[in-house]
Order: sequence, then C-alpha cells, then structure tokens
Amino acid sequence: MSCLAAALLALGVGFILAITRATLGPTPFDRVLAVNTVGTLAVLAISVYGFFDGRPAFLDIALLYALINFIGTIAILKYFRFGTLGDHALPNSDEDGA
Amino acid sequence: MTWAAPLIEAIAYISLGLGSLGVMIGALGLLRLGDIYQRMHGSGIVDTGGAGLILFGLLLLSPDWTVSVRLLLIGFILGITGPTATHAIARAARVSGVEGQMKSKQGGDT
Repeated sequence: MSCLAAALLALGVGFILAITRATLGPTPFDRVLAVNTVGTLAVLAISVYGFFDGRPAFLDIALLYALINFIGTIAILKYFRFGTLGDHALPNSDEDGA
Repeated sequence: MTWAAPLIEAIAYISLGLGSLGVMIGALGLLRLGDIYQRMHGSGIVDTGGAGLILFGLLLLSPDWTVSVRLLLIGFILGITGPTATHAIARAARVSGVEGQMKSKQGGDT
C-alpha cells in the first residue's frame, strides 16, 4: 500500500517538473511536448490511484485518457500548422511554414 | 509454492519503485535538457521507462484477469501513441524552423 503512495508522490514530482517546462518552454512546441507528458503522467496517476482503493473502473478512465491525450496533441499540432481545425485547411502545399 | 506470492509482490514493488524513478528522471530531463529535440528524450523516458515499469508492477499486483487485460491495453496504447505524438511534435517543430542546438552553436554550452 505504501509503495502505491510512493508512486503517486513520484508522479506528483513529475507533474511539477512537466508543468514547469510547460510554463517556461520558449517555443510553443515545448509546451505541447510538456502537455503531452502531463497527459501520460495523468494516465499513470489514475491507474495507480485505481489500484490504491481497489477500484478497477479507474483503468477504463486511464485508457480513455490516454487516447484523448493523443488526439488532443495531434489537434494542437494541426492548429499550429494550418491555423484552423476545420476541413478547409490552407490549399497550398504541405511544406509551407506554420 | 507458498513462497511465490510474496516474491511476485516484491518484484511488483521493485518495478513500481523503478518506474517512479524513471518518471522523475524523465520529467527532470524534460526540464533541464537544451532544446526541444533533446527534451523529447526526456518525454521518451517517461513514456517507456516510467509507464512501462509502473504498468508492469501493477500487472503483477492485479487481482483478476479483467484488470490485467485493461493494464495490457493501456500499456499497448501508450506504446503506440507516445512515439507517434513525439514524432508529430518533432516534425511540426522541424517544418516550422525550430533550430536544433547542435547545428547552431557547434557544441557550445547548454
């Protein structure tokens, strides 16, 4: 039981470090990377906490969170590239800048 | 086979501890490394070392097979989406012209 608490503390430390990088990050891509890491840490924290109380339903939440986190990261990157999330993306070629 | 249960539990707690260590080291690498291309190494450590070991530890502790299936699924999906997201970030940064540290300063200090 105490080992799960230690894992939660370590994930807390990971959260603080990742959020510090998210605030400090010079380029927007650092922030996207940090937010992606925060999402992964959240998945781990939810599944460890689910074991903490013996509630297996938490693992479904962690599974869903892992998927949504990935989709969110790709959506942010698409927004950086095309300036819009709509289907009318810029008609010119794929190689232009952000 | 009475010695098997505490042995499995010991291995689970050891891998949970190592996974927690991996998470902290990865997050620290995310914070302290030079530019974005090096920081991806840190987020990779969190994805593989941290997540892999923690989920393995939980897998050993899981009471019945339904929990184990969910844990394996989470590990599989993290294994797929982690590198893909990092690749997408690297490509987006590369295309929008974020300079890597090695090229610009030719080995200058961080």
